[in-house]
Amino acid sequence: MTGPATTPVEQRAWEVLAGVADPEMPAISIVDLGVVRGITCGNAGLEVTVTPTFAGCPATAEILAATGRTLRAAGLGEVRVVLQPAPPWTSDWITERGRRALAGAGIAPPDRPATAPTGDGSRTVDLDLRPPAPAVCPRCGSRHTVRTSAWGSAACRGLHRCRACGEPFEAVRAV
Amino acid sequence: MTAPQPHGAGPAGPAGPADDLADDLAVYADLVHETDDGRWAFGTGFTDPLAGVDTRVPAGIDGGALAMYCRMLGDDALVHSQRLQEWVTRAPELEEETAIANIALDLLGQARRLLTRSGTADGSGRSEDDLAYWRAPHEFLSVPLADHRDADFAELVARVLLLATWRQAVCLELRHGADPVLAAIAASAATELRYHREHAALWVVRLGRGTELSHRRMQAAVDRLWPLRGELYRDPPVVARLPGVAVPAAAVRDAVEDALSGVLDRAGVDGPPPGPATGAGRDGHHGPDFAEMIDELQSVARAHPGASW
Repeated sequence: MTGPATTPVEQRAWEVLAGVADPEMPAISIVDLGVVRGITCGNAGLEVTVTPTFAGCPATAEILAATGRTLRAAGLGEVRVVLQPAPPWTSDWITERGRRALAGAGIAPPDRPATAPTGDGSRTVDLDLRPPAPAVCPRCGSRHTVRTSAWGSAACRGLHRCRACGEPFEAVRAV
Repeated sequence: MTAPQPHGAGPAGPAGPADDLADDLAVYADLVHETDDGRWAFGTGFTDPLAGVDTRVPAGIDGGALAMYCRMLGDDALVHSQRLQEWVTRAPELEEETAIANIALDLLGQARRLLTRSGTADGSGRSEDDLAYWRAPHEFLSVPLADHRDADFAELVARVLLLATWRQAVCLELRHGADPVLAAIAASAATELRYHREHAALWVVRLGRGTELSHRRMQAAVDRLWPLRGELYRDPPVVARLPGVAVPAAAVRDAVEDALSGVLDRAGVDGPPPGPATGAGRDGHHGPDFAEMIDELQSVARAHPGASW
């Protein structure tokens, strides 16, 4: 689950970045979060493209900085980190390993596939006022949960409460 | 760099009081030691919201016009974000405080990218900070709706609904535009705005169909704000200079009106028609409160020019 790698250096870079924690959700690596979009090795060194989860995410700068810093510290030579705003990040890019890591840290992974109308066919402004599908409680596995807040401690998460075990938890939003 | 260990992750072993104390101290250790971890909130050196993006203007596009158009959309987001931030610590409940702050944060992120695009499109090299902190109030090009000072929570949610609906429709169109940078910024903004719109719509319906008092105040908010959307449907002259790039009002008006009426119908609230549009705001003319708001937005940057941390 580390993306296409065609050279040993690129493969090594994916492995190194798989050890870099997301600043706001340290349980998951930036590779498993799906924000590292590509690594290519050319004559000028490594070029890494990164797509932030949200335009306003305050952790973006640290993700970009940590990417370059960590690869250089691993002895992988010159590194250029490039922001790639499109296509926009979707929670569908979170890997299976990432989903397990989130659940292990008490954060419910997002439903898949995400329902956001990102396809080119969606030219109209649709409006879905149905309540979101209940998240699965990461502690007891129950679907008998309720969203208590549309946003949580970060832009990518909401707050939920499990009616089965009574515990509050966070869930990554499906976008 | 060593990945920080999340508290509570993995199998929990038996933890005694000493372990708890060690955990507590470890939290503070991150703040005082010269490590890379745990200090990211204090600055990373990465400040360009379009770091490494190819910002050359495609042939055939008027860079100056593109820059002005990006300032219009960026200023709408920046000014609306600032007004929402004024509500932090004043929201009716904690969950709503978080929502308002996060909507403001998303809009700020969109503004940063749009203002950065503006400074690269016209070749001026002006940064997002140059544009946000060092322009005079009459140089801001936001629509009057963006800097409206909400009198109550009903106005706040009505205004988020109105602006997010229009802005999302514009962004969905912009994704197909001829400037790849603006198209990319718009594509990610559209998904953020959808969530804002859903959240605001739920409140408008809840208040519209709630008590007699909440209905009356929701209706009053819509009566006050809905006419202001007339300005959204008037194209500033710069749009004609950007064929295939900018989104004319005619391309989104019907979709926006349908989406807005859909919500108001469910809320049992009547929506007045759009009021007359004069082009105010887009031409730098703003209401009496505007300069005061910009003054607060710029005060720290102007008190400490060039400061960093």
